[in-house]
Amino acid sequence: MTGFVSLFQAAVVFGTVIMFGSVGETITERSGNLNLGVPGIMYLGAIASLAGSFFYENSVENPSPILCVLIALVAAFLASALGGLIFSFLTITLRANQNVTGLTLTIFGSGVANFFGGSLNTLAGGVGQISVASTSAAFRAGLPLISGGSGVFSQLFLNYGWMTYVAILIAILSQWFLSHTRTGLNLRAVGENPATADAAGANVTAYRYLATCIGAGISGMGGLFYVMDYTKGTWANDGTIENLGWLAVALVIFTTWRPKNAIWGAYLFGILYWAYFYIMGLTRASQEIFKMLPYVVTIIVLIMISLRKKRENQPPEGLGLAYFREDR
Amino acid sequence: MDNAAAVAKKKEPLVRITRRESMKTYKSVGIRLIAVLLSLIVSAFLIYSITKVNPLKVYVSMWNGAFGTARRSWVTIRDVMMLLCIAVGLAPAFKMKFWNIGAEGQILVGGIATAACMIYLKSLPPWLLFICMLASSLLAGAIWGLLPAVFKAKWNTNETLFTLMMNYVAIQLTSFFVAKWENPYGSNTVGVINQTGREGWFPSIFGQEYMLNVILVMVLTVGMFVYLKYSKQGYEIAVIGDSQNTARYAGISVRKVVIRTMLISGAICGLSGFLAVSGASHTISTSTAGGKGFTAIIVAWLAKFNTFTMIAISLLIVFLEKGAIEIASQYNLNDYVSSMITGIILFFILGSEFFINYKLIFRSREGGAR
Amino acid sequence: MEKKTAAVSLRHITKAFGTKVVANKDVTMDIESGEILALLGENGSGKTTLMNMLSGIYHPDSGQIYVRGEEVHISSPKDAYDLGIGMIHQHFKLVDVFTATENIALGMDKQKAKSNRAIAAAIREICDRYGFDVDPDQKVYNMSVSQKQTLEIVKTLYRGASILILDEPTAVLTPQETDKLFAVLRNMKADGKSIIIITHKLNEVLAISDRVSILRKGEYIDTVLTKDATVQSLTDAMVGGKVSLDIDRPEVKDKQLRLSVNHLTCLNKYGVKALDDVSFDAYGGEILGVAGISGSGQNFLLESIAGLQDTEKGSSIIYYDSETNKPEELVGLGVPEIKEKGIALSFVPEDRLGMGLVGTMGMTDNMMLKSYENGFIFADRKSPRELAYRVKDELEVVTPGISTPVRRLSGGNVQKVLVGREIASDPTVLMAAYAVRGLDINTSYTIYRLLNEQKAKGVAVIYVGEDLDVLLELCDRIAVLCAGRLNGIVDARTATKEEVGVLMTHLREEGNSDG
Repeated sequence: MTGFVSLFQAAVVFGTVIMFGSVGETITERSGNLNLGVPGIMYLGAIASLAGSFFYENSVENPSPILCVLIALVAAFLASALGGLIFSFLTITLRANQNVTGLTLTIFGSGVANFFGGSLNTLAGGVGQISVASTSAAFRAGLPLISGGSGVFSQLFLNYGWMTYVAILIAILSQWFLSHTRTGLNLRAVGENPATADAAGANVTAYRYLATCIGAGISGMGGLFYVMDYTKGTWANDGTIENLGWLAVALVIFTTWRPKNAIWGAYLFGILYWAYFYIMGLTRASQEIFKMLPYVVTIIVLIMISLRKKRENQPPEGLGLAYFREDR
Repeated sequence: MDNAAAVAKKKEPLVRITRRESMKTYKSVGIRLIAVLLSLIVSAFLIYSITKVNPLKVYVSMWNGAFGTARRSWVTIRDVMMLLCIAVGLAPAFKMKFWNIGAEGQILVGGIATAACMIYLKSLPPWLLFICMLASSLLAGAIWGLLPAVFKAKWNTNETLFTLMMNYVAIQLTSFFVAKWENPYGSNTVGVINQTGREGWFPSIFGQEYMLNVILVMVLTVGMFVYLKYSKQGYEIAVIGDSQNTARYAGISVRKVVIRTMLISGAICGLSGFLAVSGASHTISTSTAGGKGFTAIIVAWLAKFNTFTMIAISLLIVFLEKGAIEIASQYNLNDYVSSMITGIILFFILGSEFFINYKLIFRSREGGAR
Repeated sequence: MEKKTAAVSLRHITKAFGTKVVANKDVTMDIESGEILALLGENGSGKTTLMNMLSGIYHPDSGQIYVRGEEVHISSPKDAYDLGIGMIHQHFKLVDVFTATENIALGMDKQKAKSNRAIAAAIREICDRYGFDVDPDQKVYNMSVSQKQTLEIVKTLYRGASILILDEPTAVLTPQETDKLFAVLRNMKADGKSIIIITHKLNEVLAISDRVSILRKGEYIDTVLTKDATVQSLTDAMVGGKVSLDIDRPEVKDKQLRLSVNHLTCLNKYGVKALDDVSFDAYGGEILGVAGISGSGQNFLLESIAGLQDTEKGSSIIYYDSETNKPEELVGLGVPEIKEKGIALSFVPEDRLGMGLVGTMGMTDNMMLKSYENGFIFADRKSPRELAYRVKDELEVVTPGISTPVRRLSGGNVQKVLVGREIASDPTVLMAAYAVRGLDINTSYTIYRLLNEQKAKGVAVIYVGEDLDVLLELCDRIAVLCAGRLNGIVDARTATKEEVGVLMTHLREEGNSDG
């Protein structure tokens, strides 16, 4: 039982990172933009939150937790939305290819993040890990009143950092936005059939810009969560964020472009990813095979939706395609 | 109509965009050069703001990093060949409008196959071992390319996402073999394979360690150019890339060609895994591909599937990487600065394509005055 | 300013695509309130482009648009909606995975937005008023073509458009549906709305419109009152001068059976019969015309023969070789097998650049499409190049060079390249779909001449056309398709236009019972 509890806890923390990434990317993809820059965007969010809180913590005696959180959130959101803006400008305004632009954004984001991640060290004036203890602690604080219990239920569901619940909230809100609001309806139309949305009076360019930038901002929260909660306010140039970023892209497919499915899908990916740790008698080599599971499962889902051809589960019809009104 | 008045007040749009029919070659090359130049200026400002060093000095040291010594030049060439090889492999798939994002994984499985041959078959005569490595890396890459192609051909499964996922399956597979072949125990790396006997290492040719890499890749580059431009299969690829309906009309089996082309594409990417393991690092790790599979996608795309143009673009990118690593070591930064600069330059080149394909028509003066 | 306030006034509108194609040139015209205006012109005369500038799809290069007397710049479809202009396009602007309600809710302004339930109620109300049949909760991908069009009209009505543009609305409708549509349009006119109907069908113009504006080759020709117009006067205005088509129709003696189609049945992608038990023979030395409202199964017919379409059990297409007269069953053969067996079949498809040619390739490479398999590994380019030069010279193709991508050529030259290639392979059976659509008069006559030359050589020519005058003057016999069934074959020398028109629109009783 304790094995399962700790597996589940690990899966939730892991899953929250990719839940942010995938919900943000879902919003982006729903507008028809296939942004393969998610890993880069998560990198940007991660490094911005770290740098922001690092400078703040180093400039004052007693950092205020609220300011720590605010600074990190704003910095992460702005930096990752800026990544989305670069993508949007290149693909929407300058009509560059989406796949190529996205991959470039991933290269750029990982470069920026790892460069500054390494350099912050130097700027801090020395050796050793840089650490933003106060900010990390503020992010890892549990929910007031309900967290801190010692029962199994508390351990399974209540004792996580508050961002974990924010992720779920954002997923629910995104789902509600997409399926129950007029703006969400327009957004989906823009991704399905931009010419139709355009003819109906939706501003395709504006929708795509906004969806991509806001989506990127949400994806960037995954990077922030990774730095503040998962690695407890430290930085390592080990490429983990990139792997998690691609898992977030995978999760978008797994959820068939529905944020609500990301809530359980992300934790399932977490369980699949960490399962090896709790299965007895695995060699280190066969553990690696287990870590393949989330990707293999995604491939199977991808095949299933193309076999079943259920219209509602298909990728948005305009996904990856530029829209140019006068094109003929 | 409450909004009618607002529409009535609206001016004629300031800029309109139309597609260009064609552009002179010197102009399009010029636009790209301007883009590279602009990106270098932006990067220079960035470097200056971080290091406070004269950017020109920085670029000089970048040049030194890439071509400062004969050894460095050869390493640069080796890495250009690797990147070029992958891009050449991607060319037929992209020309067919099949988004093979899976080069990274195809390289890795090719590398695993090569390393396996080096480890298990090192007692074979060198020429036979060489053939085994070549064949198994080609086969491994081909299989990795085949899977998404079959599903695309039969059920139209989205190949961009499928090949992307295959990358990570391959990465985990690599981790699996790294753990299996770990040497020394506990290091979590494979270490240099066959360090003493150099079994399965590329032989030096004309005294140059990396000459074989150059020869292999140049043969592929020329071969792929000819294949795409003059062969029957290349013609089929071009027709499918333009219109699948026309292909059907001409009696070209789209399924067959998609599968065949991805076998070729995957096989060549697998071969670059062979180059990476047997012809360069003599080891295998998850960073054997090191993102080159993604960078090569950009190379192939920017070169418009022309394999000779790919040489120039690969050279530019590798030069930047090497240069940036040099700056990093000289000014005590880390070498991720290269990814950052590469990213900036690619953004600019990607953006510049717009000015080659489209033209802007500004609102005329009298229209504006009205 | 304008003297009186028309609903819409167009002044000196010019629009070009690229540097070569001028779609509209200095068009000036008015649309009044409470009238139905027919915008008449041949295919390619610029009707749709002109209207797209009203609906915000295109922006004019020069000229002014006034709506109710005020100058406007319509830079997006939303602007058009705000001005009360709604357009129903030929290709429906609907999102497949959305329901009818969601499609109507799409793009609505916040302040006008209502709940989906309110919209659904409004849909029902509009449907009741006009007798439409739309299920608010039905997904568009489950709808038939006419249901989709109905939804488009309901959508525009719901949005309260006062200026309604319909682009060839009857092309996809049955006669009954057309009558119903016209009744709705008259009601809307009575409401004081302005309706523009784009068409090239004269009988509809005369039946529904108050005034007719005529475009020819992108230029505005004239506007006349419908009550003063006749079929003859409109035709004259539309094509310029009195049409005496005067197409050659040589008499060929020795007619040999070349193709025998029996009980041909095809399903469309929704599993509905697109062709239903069609049987006919085609002879060498004659041109067999195929007439029908667009979408009656013409493309399925040609594609089944060409090996591009699966057929249902019981279908048979027998081909007789011109040398040996050996019969060959084509059903079950794909294009590669047809090529392999040396079956001399040529096909000029409707979609020239999307199916017959490769737009990004030059003439030489396009000639290769039929012959690229020759040669061992490398494709033979020498004979295609020679062929390209020959086609260029003989058909007077205007192109900067034989390696210029064919998509940069004008429509007429594209068609010459395609027809030239198909004829060059010495076919036994030559099929051509809408071979003169969008072409200028001169090129059209070149195509007619080429088809007649083939006929004289003993080729069995099957010509799918839309212009009845051409069909009646060019062909020897005309097979008329109606809703996927062969509704009759007439002798083109004796048949009248009315006779064919009736066969196109009214399925004969015996056509229903036998089979």
